[in-house]
Amino acid sequence: MLSNIGICLIILVLILSFLIIYTASIDLKISREAIKKNIYKLSLFQITFTILSFFTLIIGFINSDFSLINVYENSHTTKPFFYKIAGTWGNHEGSLLLWINILVLFSYLFLVFSHTHDKKFRLYTLIFQNILILGFLFFLLFNSNPFNSIYPIPLEGLGLNPILQDPALAIHPPLLYVGFVGCSIYFSAAMASLLSGYGGKSFAQSIKTWVKISWCFQTLGIIVGSIWAYYELGWGGFWFWDPVENASLLPWFAITALMHSLIVLEKRNTLYYWVIILCLSTFTLSVTGTFLVRSGILNSVHTFASDPSRGVYILIFLSLMIFSALTIFFLKHKKETYNFNLKSRETFILANNWFMAFFLITVLIGMLYPIFLDVLTNEKISVGPPFFNIVIIPLVVPFLALMAIGPKFGWIKSQKKIFNKILLLTLGAIVINLLIVYFFGKYSLLSNFIFIAAIFLILYSFLDIKKLINNKNKTELPRVISHLGFGLLVFFIGINHQFSLEEDFNLKVGEIKKINNYKINFEEIKIKESKNYKAIIGNFKLTNVEGNLVQYLNPEIRIYSNPETLTYEAAIKTKITSDLYLTMSNVSRSDYYNIKFQKKPFMIWIWISALMITLGGFIRLTLKKNED
Amino acid sequence: MLTKKVKNRILFLIFVFSLSVVAVIFIVKSLNKNVLYFLSPTEINQREDIQFDKAMRVGGMVKKGSIIINKKNIQFIVTDFENEILINYSGTVPNLFEEEKGVVAEGKLRDKNFFIADRILAKHDENYMPPEIKEIIKKNAK
Repeated sequence: MLSNIGICLIILVLILSFLIIYTASIDLKISREAIKKNIYKLSLFQITFTILSFFTLIIGFINSDFSLINVYENSHTTKPFFYKIAGTWGNHEGSLLLWINILVLFSYLFLVFSHTHDKKFRLYTLIFQNILILGFLFFLLFNSNPFNSIYPIPLEGLGLNPILQDPALAIHPPLLYVGFVGCSIYFSAAMASLLSGYGGKSFAQSIKTWVKISWCFQTLGIIVGSIWAYYELGWGGFWFWDPVENASLLPWFAITALMHSLIVLEKRNTLYYWVIILCLSTFTLSVTGTFLVRSGILNSVHTFASDPSRGVYILIFLSLMIFSALTIFFLKHKKETYNFNLKSRETFILANNWFMAFFLITVLIGMLYPIFLDVLTNEKISVGPPFFNIVIIPLVVPFLALMAIGPKFGWIKSQKKIFNKILLLTLGAIVINLLIVYFFGKYSLLSNFIFIAAIFLILYSFLDIKKLINNKNKTELPRVISHLGFGLLVFFIGINHQFSLEEDFNLKVGEIKKINNYKINFEEIKIKESKNYKAIIGNFKLTNVEGNLVQYLNPEIRIYSNPETLTYEAAIKTKITSDLYLTMSNVSRSDYYNIKFQKKPFMIWIWISALMITLGGFIRLTLKKNED
Repeated sequence: MLTKKVKNRILFLIFVFSLSVVAVIFIVKSLNKNVLYFLSPTEINQREDIQFDKAMRVGGMVKKGSIIINKKNIQFIVTDFENEILINYSGTVPNLFEEEKGVVAEGKLRDKNFFIADRILAKHDENYMPPEIKEIIKKNAK
């Protein structure tokens, strides 16, 4: 039943896409100011049917309708209600449907909200967006249909991987998708802009909001993903330079560069072609990343839905996308003259773009190198975190400094004297860094530089905030918050990295282990039955040297029944200054339990500062036109 | 003669070019230093050019009944059904570490039969097998 409804809705959306492309291309030839009413109507129908199809799938999951293969494979009647819904996008087919929903949603919203712009430009955007929609619809129908039915209908589903049954991971995909797929609209707009000749300032204004929206969601999505990794995966880390994480980082670098250079285009009406390149590459990178991971070409410790057959289709689609984008770009490309003064804001924004490009290329090389080597020499390798750390971290130092200084310069040519201020703040940063070294312990030369640069940025941002409060000026507020957030993020990650305590050992029940100033007493284990899992809960008493109780920690080993899986739930006690982190595992049912104990300073502050970066973006979205 | 503007531009281009050359050399060099080769016990046994001071990954199946645990570390044997290697590891193991399941260990070789791991890789999927291991098993099944 649901299967038929779903497929009908998808086919309706498909037909509507064709109709929109057809009517839009007819409307292109008519020289009238406004876009035909029909197109609005068709778009409205399109978005309605798309959302309906998604709800159909959600209903399938809620009712555990196992006549749908997708529901059968990824759900179970005993699963909590919330995760039944989240299960909808917790698998490849469902997430592709979500992907299409966002494509259509952005297509519709752009059509409605761009009415102040050129008609031809809007129509072309609509056409390109619908070509993208068609591409993904065909993919969905022929390769990954979430509405495929199964007969005879199974009585029970296979269940959702328990590790995905987590609130952070339930909201992580939708956030990331709004971020990644949101890029599609300015991919289309960039193509439209090239074809219709509607460039420059007005183009920047037309895509500004969409860039901001997708940037905010992408950033937030990445943060939520790493919070999940921190407390669910049990190694205590939050960033692993894993292919999946890298795939999400690539478009982020491109979009961050775009967000900055877009300001130059809007204010100074230059860098148009560079902005176009960034628009095109952001979405291309989103698709590349997602499907390198999905197709299983890149393998990672946390991909959940991979299947090689998808690779071919996506490869063809992607090459068509890139090829047509490049063709149009080179056909329409004209020479642009740049006239930048070294001491101007646009130069510093360009510097940001260089850094972003460097980071992007580094991550891309690190990600693709194993694939090339495998194809060429059949050697299996992986590129580990040290590579990324060595290449990227040294460049963070000048990057942080420029983040503080850059925004101080005005447009075109700045006469401002800020040399003394910089000197003073650098000194301040060095002193603070020395204090940290003096009180908490030494670290490497490079780390010293990073701390100094981060503190410099933080101090400078505080000065900016003070100034903003005095002037009651809101325009600069988002920038200051995001930059301050980034400075704090680097600072706290540095502190966390330098002063973390980590210890692995094996203990039997009743034994005591001494670590630095702590004593860990493994008091007992309890067994608890829950709705869809059985938990073995360890009780650890943590005392300090004097024997005073610090904390009880209760990590769990959960044995889920559908599908049968073990997961380890870390015991995490978050405090303002540090997190205590303890995981327990058991190997081959021996008496020994495998324990990992960590004390991680300022963990919560890493999340707070990362969220500040996003907050800046969201604040900028709320600013009125004249304030931005 | 070149005007000042042209001269500046040439200088700028040379600057950018040399900067990107340096960047690329830097990236490639650290890449070569930091790649981890993936080898099976058989490959370790047969190859002669193995570097003992470089980190690598070893993959295969955990041999049945081979896991020994004591206070400090865990020992187990990884096999590709042709050759075996003993692995010593101190640290926490991922939740899917089990006898007769696929495993990937990261660390250094002590000698051709003994490997000190400092990380055991996790995969959170009960049906998962690293593609490298899948290939090994396929090869040996022939």
